[in-house]
Amino acid sequence: MLANTTASVTEVPRTASTGGSTTPSGHPPRSMFAGRARPGEAVIKLALRLAAAVAMLTTIGIVIALLVPAIGFFREVPVFDFLFGDRWAPRFADASFGVIPLVTATLWTTAIALVVAVPLGLGAAILLSEYARPGLRKVLKPILELLAGVPTVVYGLFALQFIQATVFREWLRLDTGAFSVLAAGLVMGIMIIPTVASISEDAMSAVPMALRQGSFALGANRMQTSLRVVFPAALSGIMAAIVLGISRAVGETMIVAIAAGNQARIVSGPLEQGQTMTGFIANAALGDSRVGSLEYDTLYAVGLLLFAITLIVNFISIRLVRRFRQAY
Amino acid sequence: MRSLQDSLAGAPTMPLKTGRAPGERRAAPLVFLILLWLSLAVAVIFLITLIVNIVLEGGSRFGLPLFTEYPSSSPDRAGARPAILGSMWVIGTTAVLTIPLGVAAAVHLEEFADRKHWFNRVIELNVQNLAAVPSIVYGLLALAFLTLVGVRDKNIVIGGALALSLLILPVIIIATREAIRAVPAEIRDGSLALGATKWQTTWRQVLPASVPGIATGSILALSRALGEAAPLLLLGALVFVSFDPNGLLSGFTTLPIQIFNWTGRPQEGFHELAAAASLLLLGLLLVMNGLAIFIRNRYQKRW
Repeated sequence: MLANTTASVTEVPRTASTGGSTTPSGHPPRSMFAGRARPGEAVIKLALRLAAAVAMLTTIGIVIALLVPAIGFFREVPVFDFLFGDRWAPRFADASFGVIPLVTATLWTTAIALVVAVPLGLGAAILLSEYARPGLRKVLKPILELLAGVPTVVYGLFALQFIQATVFREWLRLDTGAFSVLAAGLVMGIMIIPTVASISEDAMSAVPMALRQGSFALGANRMQTSLRVVFPAALSGIMAAIVLGISRAVGETMIVAIAAGNQARIVSGPLEQGQTMTGFIANAALGDSRVGSLEYDTLYAVGLLLFAITLIVNFISIRLVRRFRQAY
Repeated sequence: MRSLQDSLAGAPTMPLKTGRAPGERRAAPLVFLILLWLSLAVAVIFLITLIVNIVLEGGSRFGLPLFTEYPSSSPDRAGARPAILGSMWVIGTTAVLTIPLGVAAAVHLEEFADRKHWFNRVIELNVQNLAAVPSIVYGLLALAFLTLVGVRDKNIVIGGALALSLLILPVIIIATREAIRAVPAEIRDGSLALGATKWQTTWRQVLPASVPGIATGSILALSRALGEAAPLLLLGALVFVSFDPNGLLSGFTTLPIQIFNWTGRPQEGFHELAAAASLLLLGLLLVMNGLAIFIRNRYQKRW
């Protein structure tokens, strides 16, 4: 809003050419903005606008890049068979392109990740927003954010070799193979804790202090205030945080490519292995698929589905954030 | 009357938020507080376990050969030299491509754009959306683009940099916008009042004042690009690279890809190497994050 008003101020006096210093005393300067026309600045402004347009071009590029091969794919494979078929075997002689197995694996890893990330992330957010003094917060927040900075390949390595091989198989003696959606989902959940925590904390911090003070004045303690006043008031922001966490989990690639498995079968339990949508794209990319082949187009069909899911989820998140920003 | 006011004024004013309300020490609130601390503790313990595990696993292989040797089919002789150099090439190119572009876009959106114009509103929504697009989709985009341009061998430095640039562009735009927004309007008004044009104000006042914020955001974005593997996987970066990359059109592999490669091998020696390379990657990221936090704390002005 502020930038808006200043911008409109500068637009007006472009035509005035009297400099403030040359105006005879007694006459107030007609314009504060002395200056000749500056064609260079018009060029700069255009360049800036073009730079901003690159963001648009990227989106358009993504849509076109995904749609064109995907249309090629759907010419050979009916959309219905793709979306509702329960056998995914794109490389077999009797190829079958039912995406359901990939979707079930994605659902499992995402659900497990959320079960981990939502309670832990919200707990951390309440602690940081409602309990921690500024000094403590300054220490705890960067530590939490370190979790978001760990590369996903490193998480994948950890999930495969420590969580799955050592903890699940050696220590707990669980009946599971080399890969499981549980190990991938657990680690992914830890990875998205900072996402959930920092956005929910922003939402809770935005709740006006007066609401808390009113609650305290009525005799509530901090737990009651956090859970019954701050939490509901920040709910749309918290929902946005969770929704963003979902989109991170659905789109995460390396952890699932390393630790979840690479056989596309319908997943019916957390200890089974399974290939997710992203896992398939990553794995298929390892093989040499020629441009224009059905294999190549398959990548983009799955990519389009992935993009569509995250796009919908993001729009929900943006909507929710807007609601909580308007509230106060 | 007066004495009452005096005593009120002299009373220690403790913010209500940190004050102890009655009933704070009963069982339920205490359990709740313990649960809150536990949720944070789980995350921190996990992080510590991860680091300790990597150090134990890869510590013995973390040495000079990791930096100087080329990949090999024998784990005892393999190193990550091309991957380290490849990461430097790709991240350097990404920085050159994306920082000027991101800053320019952010300056347009914050300082020049008419917020009510549909074009700018669409761009704003777009940037928010792009920030949450899965990284692998950027790989698909870069792959399609390189195919369209007619590049046969897609695993080239400029291709990887393109994918990563598009990936972190929204992050840099968002960080720069926040840095620019933190510069108070009075600075702009003062400059405009002295006769500067809008662009002069932006270039000589607003941008210099927001450099620390932009630097912090850019470093964090680049550190994200450094750890990213998925989009590069699609360009076919998972190949056996046994030479130093030497230009924008040179083939490459990066550190995360090398880790992924070694993780997938059956021999235990390669897993140790993967852990050692992870240690190096984590160290690099820690340095970058530390630098970003240092710049933020040291140079950021509080207006």
